[in-house]
Amino acid sequence: MITVKKLVKRFGLKAVLRGVDFEVQPGEFVALLGPNGAGKTTFLRILSSLSRPSMGAVNIAGYQLPHQAAQVRARLGVVSHLPLLYGELTAEENLRFYARMYNVPNYELRITEVLEMVGLENRRRDLVRTFSRGMQQRLAIGRAVIHDPDVMLFDEPYTGLDQDASSMLDDVLRSVAAEGRTVVMTSHDLARAEDLATRFDILSRGVIAASSLRSGLKKTNLLDFYKKALAD
Amino acid sequence: MATTTEQATRTASTRTTPITPSFFKAMFAVVQKDLAAELRSRELLSAMLVFSMLVILIFNFALELEPDIRRKVTAGVLWATFAFAGTLGLNRSMAIEKDRGCMDGLLLAPVDRAAIYFGKVISNLAFMLIVEAIVLPMYGVLYGVNLFQPGLLGVILLGSIGYSSVGTLISTMTVQTRTRDVLLPILLFPIIIPVLLASVKASGGILSGAEFSEILTPLNLLIVYDVIFIAIAFMVFDFVVEE
Repeated sequence: MITVKKLVKRFGLKAVLRGVDFEVQPGEFVALLGPNGAGKTTFLRILSSLSRPSMGAVNIAGYQLPHQAAQVRARLGVVSHLPLLYGELTAEENLRFYARMYNVPNYELRITEVLEMVGLENRRRDLVRTFSRGMQQRLAIGRAVIHDPDVMLFDEPYTGLDQDASSMLDDVLRSVAAEGRTVVMTSHDLARAEDLATRFDILSRGVIAASSLRSGLKKTNLLDFYKKALAD
Repeated sequence: MATTTEQATRTASTRTTPITPSFFKAMFAVVQKDLAAELRSRELLSAMLVFSMLVILIFNFALELEPDIRRKVTAGVLWATFAFAGTLGLNRSMAIEKDRGCMDGLLLAPVDRAAIYFGKVISNLAFMLIVEAIVLPMYGVLYGVNLFQPGLLGVILLGSIGYSSVGTLISTMTVQTRTRDVLLPILLFPIIIPVLLASVKASGGILSGAEFSEILTPLNLLIVYDVIFIAIAFMVFDFVVEE
């Protein structure tokens, strides 16, 4: 579903990504872990076509970036630590706007489905600026799945959430993954990543330093695997 | 792994192939969203209106001109007011997109990015025209000039189109900087000078009752500038919004 080969991203003279090779099978849930400044957000911005690679090849759902960016964007749902929602619009107005931008057929029905999925059906006519951070993040996931994408990218979705909101977000993420979508999530929260993902990749100094399936971590835990990958 | 892959294939097979929206559908979605948000908050319009009224009042008391001279400076005062108030509106309009990461949300949509640009231009133009429609009668009362002349309204429309098209492009660039409030007028005004000069000349000519042949040159310049600026903005918007 996602194939990245020798991806390099430079900002001026500084190389943030130094030849990333990355492959994700359909339906996999990959947690992309790494310290601050490792290049996780830059990597996801390139996958989501918001940033151009300096070198290398990126293929998502059979389409090449950056040349077939519109086709890639039609199959992607992106959630970042910012909600990407308009505070002066209601929850359903926000979803309606994005549904129109993605040309979702029968979007009124889909909006109701999505609001039920993220548990905000009873707040559909409330302005988004009145929502708590957790509710905004759940609605952001609703926005990202409104067009029923094959691939979901989550960039630090737990940033700024309290325990209750994080638990609710866990449930939403599980339901998103259970629908068979391919998910790539960056996170600093190893416990949550261990709980949700089927594969763990460690991004360090601009390259994938280590990768392991969940089944490969039986003898060791994720924290040890993470520490070892960063130390090597 | 096999289970998740099989499940993905099964679920993906029920998904429809996405069809990207048409240019106009996406453009009008952006316009409708901007108008709905502004109708609710009225932040942008109220700031532009209050600022415009203050500028007109200050000019009125500061200049204290004879009625005849007042008529002569009308075009200049009007366009200075529109230009200054316009920067407030442009800044606010793009700040709304930037503050909650909504610009990324727009750019992630599978639409021609020119549709986003033209959607924002139409919204910004609508806000400018609303403010102008309120400012004109107020100015007419204070300065004793009849501004509701079809020719003048046409020039105001053309000038506002040029201003909004360039302003939207420049504000998309400046909103990504920390000093966006300062940077927008610094970058915008030198570029917009041809539009403002042509607008002032054409407006002044109409208000002084000049022959049509006399205002034809600034009018033609205004139309040419509008076309050139819109074409350039259309071509470079994609590069401006990319990192």
